[in-house]
Amino acid sequence: MTLMQILMIVIPSTLLWAAPLIFTALGGVFSERSGVVNIGLEGLMVIGAFSSIVFNLTFVGTFGSATPWIALLVAMLAGAIFSILHAVASITFRADHTVSGVAINLLATGLTLFLVKLIYNKGETDIIKHGFSKVDIPILKDIPVIGKILFQNTYWTSFVAIIVAVIAWYVIYKTPFGLRLRSVGEHPMAADTMGINVTKMRYLGVIISGALGGIGGGVYAQSISSNFSHATISGQGFMALAAMIFGKWHPLGAMGAALFFGFAQSISIIGSSLPYLKEIPDVYLLIAPYVLTILALTGFIGRAEAPKADGVHYIKGSR
Amino acid sequence: MSKRLRSILTPIIAVLLGIIVGTIIMLVSGYNPVDAYTALWNGAFGDVYYTGEVIRQVTPYILAGLAVAFAFRVGLFNIGVEGQFIVGWLAAVWVGVAFDLPKVIHLPLAIIAAMVAGGLWAFIPGLLKARFRVHEVIVTIMMNYTALHTVNYIIRTKLNQGSAKTGMIHESASLRSPWLQELTTHSTMHWGIMIAIACCFIMWFLLEKTTRGFELRAVGFNQDAAHYAGMSVNKNIILSMVISGAFAGIAGAMEGLGTFGYMAVQGGFTGVGFNGIAVALLGGNTALGVFFSALLFGSLKIGALSMPLEAGVPKELVDIIIALIVFFVASSYIIRVVLDRFSKKGVK
Repeated sequence: MTLMQILMIVIPSTLLWAAPLIFTALGGVFSERSGVVNIGLEGLMVIGAFSSIVFNLTFVGTFGSATPWIALLVAMLAGAIFSILHAVASITFRADHTVSGVAINLLATGLTLFLVKLIYNKGETDIIKHGFSKVDIPILKDIPVIGKILFQNTYWTSFVAIIVAVIAWYVIYKTPFGLRLRSVGEHPMAADTMGINVTKMRYLGVIISGALGGIGGGVYAQSISSNFSHATISGQGFMALAAMIFGKWHPLGAMGAALFFGFAQSISIIGSSLPYLKEIPDVYLLIAPYVLTILALTGFIGRAEAPKADGVHYIKGSR
Repeated sequence: MSKRLRSILTPIIAVLLGIIVGTIIMLVSGYNPVDAYTALWNGAFGDVYYTGEVIRQVTPYILAGLAVAFAFRVGLFNIGVEGQFIVGWLAAVWVGVAFDLPKVIHLPLAIIAAMVAGGLWAFIPGLLKARFRVHEVIVTIMMNYTALHTVNYIIRTKLNQGSAKTGMIHESASLRSPWLQELTTHSTMHWGIMIAIACCFIMWFLLEKTTRGFELRAVGFNQDAAHYAGMSVNKNIILSMVISGAFAGIAGAMEGLGTFGYMAVQGGFTGVGFNGIAVALLGGNTALGVFFSALLFGSLKIGALSMPLEAGVPKELVDIIIALIVFFVASSYIIRVVLDRFSKKGVK
């Protein structure tokens, strides 16, 4: 097997596994930049996966090949609405952000499985007929060498994810909205003094994270798992959380980390069929994202620092 | 309203709110709530067999709850109970399979192995918190997945007995008792509940009656004050994580030595660790509170198993109710505000 052939297998697979992680990790960036810790990313992905699969199964006859994309919008909306619960609890009701996130995760799994049994009368949904399928990206696929590796046999969603990451970077670092979002996450009292509505900004941060987490779940369900059951999303959300931290709460950093974790995940699955890589026990690849994140936090791989007021309630008048 | 009354009322209101919302969900979905709750009750207490099952389920919940609560009291959030639980489970089973000793040595040795494994797994986040100020929530989450994959790998490659699980532990390491099983018409109840209750007592005694416990609580209340008073904040942080992990490890031993007698490759988390968070929160992070809320959640979980057959309601309804209870306990600020408003009106 030549290097070229190996790359042609590994890179599309990496992009496939990374796409949901990128979306969800970006969601985490928006929420935590505004100062709300979001452990509930996993639950938001579950909601996104569930709603996209149900929509896809129900409306595939109506929308045909456009179904997965519309289902993705539905997943986005569902995630955004569900995340309002986290916002209300952790911002308005001053609940501990971590506890509220845990509740979001528990609630999402319970609620979606309850609904699956209610709607389909069994433990898991059918397999969707129209998911995201492999495509060759027009024009770009004809670039010599790179075209073959990057743009053939791949998925649109991966490239959308990368574009969204760039947009997220622009929004957070180059627009007034982004500056306000970051300021309420760093020093809410100073932001409030300057006339920024801290509560509103934090609600927006959490709701955007819900929307992106929902998309992440929808992408995963429609391109990787193809149906919804209790095991569809198992740890993807936490891996996205890890990617966000490993990427130092920066949209492009989070994207890079998500790509890397996607690589580790895909190698752990397809590695056995590749030379050199099959020698590595898959356990190392499976735990790599988590161990690396711990090392990054500790400062062995460039120290990762959270926004100053991450997880801190803003109570007017208190110092 | 007195603080004490309020601290008892808040969890009760949270549970009631959880049940009310659960009822609304059932009504909206077209199920009969009365049937469902009847099935739930009968599924938990309708028969001595079910009671035995409830007690078996409550056992790890108590210990997982104690683990979370203990760390909370020192101001730490141990989300990693799930990982420490899995590691403890494996350690207990390993000792149970690998050695052949008289029961008086073998059983305690297996439990101690689980304690040590859980404690070590929690030592890492404790050390990182104390030494590098890394937030324990993130580290413990990452350690959960590391534990899951590592333990699965060890079972598959080192302890595999043909199928994807370890061999059975020797009788001399087992917590099972034919007498208890006979008593509860062949439930899976085992002696672990005694250990769980003893641990409740140990936690209470350790925190409330010893100098060390005073230091731990002081660190939980105010690190700066504790430091100023000459206590080693770092040492207490590490110690509290290790003790918390040891409780979680014992919880794992309950599954390994009592309920199952082996460990299988885990497809995902067992949920015991996360339910432990719910247990600790509802129990107000006290030993007695943990005991009662573990009893509640254990009964809900076991009772729920009868709901699909008896009332046609999916058992996941109980997971929704548990999640809602966590929500409402976490949002106790708003419950307190409402309570205060009511009691003020009463005074006027």
